[in-house]
Amino acid sequence: MMLTLTGIDCFYGNVQVLRGVSLQVAAGEVLCLLGRNGAGKTTTLRAIMGLVRPRAGRILLDDIELTALPPHEIPRHGVAYVPQGRRLFSELTVEENLTIGLMARERGRATLDRVIGLFPALMERRRQIAGTLSGGEQEMLSIARALCLEPRVLLLDEPTEGLMPSMIATILATVKALKSEGVATILVEQRVESALHVADRVTFLENGATRETATPTELHADPSLLHRYVGVGLRGP
Amino acid sequence: MSLGPNLLLALLEGTLAAFVLAVTALGLSLVFGVMRVVNVAHGEFFMLGAVLAWAFSQVIPGMPAAGFLLALIGSPIVVGAVAVAVDRAVLRRLGYEPEATIIATIGLLYVVQQLVLTFYGPTARPVVAPISFRVLFPWFGYSGYKLIVMAASAALLIATWFTLMRTRIGLVMRATQFDRETAQAFGIPVDRVYSMIFALGAMLACVAGVLVVPIQQAHYLMGLDPLLLSFIVVILGGLGSLRGTVVAAFVIGLSDGIISVFFSPTLAKILATLLVALVLVFKPTGLFGARGR
Ligand SMILES: Nc1ncnc2c1ncn2[C@@H]1O[C@H](COP(=O)(O)OP(=O)(O)OP(=O)(O)O)[C@@H](O)[C@H]1O
Ligand SMILES: [Mg+2]
Repeated sequence: MMLTLTGIDCFYGNVQVLRGVSLQVAAGEVLCLLGRNGAGKTTTLRAIMGLVRPRAGRILLDDIELTALPPHEIPRHGVAYVPQGRRLFSELTVEENLTIGLMARERGRATLDRVIGLFPALMERRRQIAGTLSGGEQEMLSIARALCLEPRVLLLDEPTEGLMPSMIATILATVKALKSEGVATILVEQRVESALHVADRVTFLENGATRETATPTELHADPSLLHRYVGVGLRGP
Repeated sequence: MSLGPNLLLALLEGTLAAFVLAVTALGLSLVFGVMRVVNVAHGEFFMLGAVLAWAFSQVIPGMPAAGFLLALIGSPIVVGAVAVAVDRAVLRRLGYEPEATIIATIGLLYVVQQLVLTFYGPTARPVVAPISFRVLFPWFGYSGYKLIVMAASAALLIATWFTLMRTRIGLVMRATQFDRETAQAFGIPVDRVYSMIFALGAMLACVAGVLVVPIQQAHYLMGLDPLLLSFIVVILGGLGSLRGTVVAAFVIGLSDGIISVFFSPTLAKILATLLVALVLVFKPTGLFGARGR
């Protein structure tokens, strides 16, 4: 199984934000997208979800052309999204948020139990209004909601933003666990260390265009790409 | 009659007005809450309900109860279909832009009014109530039909609440309301949800129109009052709060009924408007208004 983007151009109004974005991610692989603020990382994920319509290029999930589908049919093919800033249904309960996730691909009790097993803290809070959860709990819920789709492709947009180290470790461990189950993951991440820790490959994005792709081993050996595209060395900023 | 019986009568009339207003305004509130569309033509769906009720009652002459039952089922179906057509042909094309949809629904208001004027005419026509028993109080008799309208309205309010809060489709509607884009990312066809919400809102107004027509007569301009009162109620209750809408409908409906009986309907409207102005001065989000979104 393979998700392939080729030559994606996206616009907000008349402003071009993506210029020929091309990338690939296979089953059981974690692809990390790195780039400065405003480089177009979020827009790339939104394009995959059909939430912005590319004016050029194709997005294929195996032989299904996602660019030809209405946005609400894309998750039904097993593409799940953890948006930047979590975007929970903040006035609904934890349980209702998860139900929406389950409904997307008509999953039931068994899926829910598995997801709750990954994040047991959510169980105790299932009647709580999502907007009143702590930041870490909200991130867990956002990921749990996406996992309720039993995704084949998981898109994570800065899931560790603003979280404490132990919570970050939990989330990265989850990403690794999903990888071993054969999920294809695209991870957008500001923390270079975290990114290199879980990624199989890193693709750099600059001004809305995909540049080099490298493996963590290559980047450890030669961090100059990191300097060029995110402006940091390997030991943090 | 002395004060006590007068007050009872005023309370009954006020409760009746409140229930009908609550059903009508709930439709407006729902459409605004989920779609952010201010439907200026909402009162026309109320009027269509009344006019269609008259039309359906003509289909089965001499059997008022059967004709009315037909109207109660048929009118919302027709109005729901009209609403879906309007949503697809107009609102969706405008991308649900707030300003554009206000202008569009003003246009819709006139189109519906003129069509009804053309095909139905300018006369007010009565519809016979499906039942004619009167409840006899020691001081006066009260229309049993009005009590049934109250009960039916209460049932509608509860059914709407139940649908929104306790069913899957209601959950889908609420998710769409809170975050349209994320709803799409979870497989919710928001276009279809919007059509459904617009139809549901229109059908609530329509049923209210059907229910009042044996009390009020059907006339092509009768949509204006419910529209204005619904706006007052939705703003007073707090934009987007369904509970606030229902509570405010009772505040306005009851005070309107009581002041109208003891003083004059004009004074009632003046005071209602003043109340809204005061509430908005001291609590701009309305009685139950949540944080601005
Ligand atoms: N809804 C929008 N309307 C107009 N412009 C937008 C919109 N969303 C994003 N942009 C612009 O598109 C460009 C890319 O934005 P995007 O959110 O994809 O960047 P990003 O790489 O995710 O940045 P960050 O690291 O800050 O999250 C930015 O210049 C941004 O200002
Ligand atoms: Mg971003």
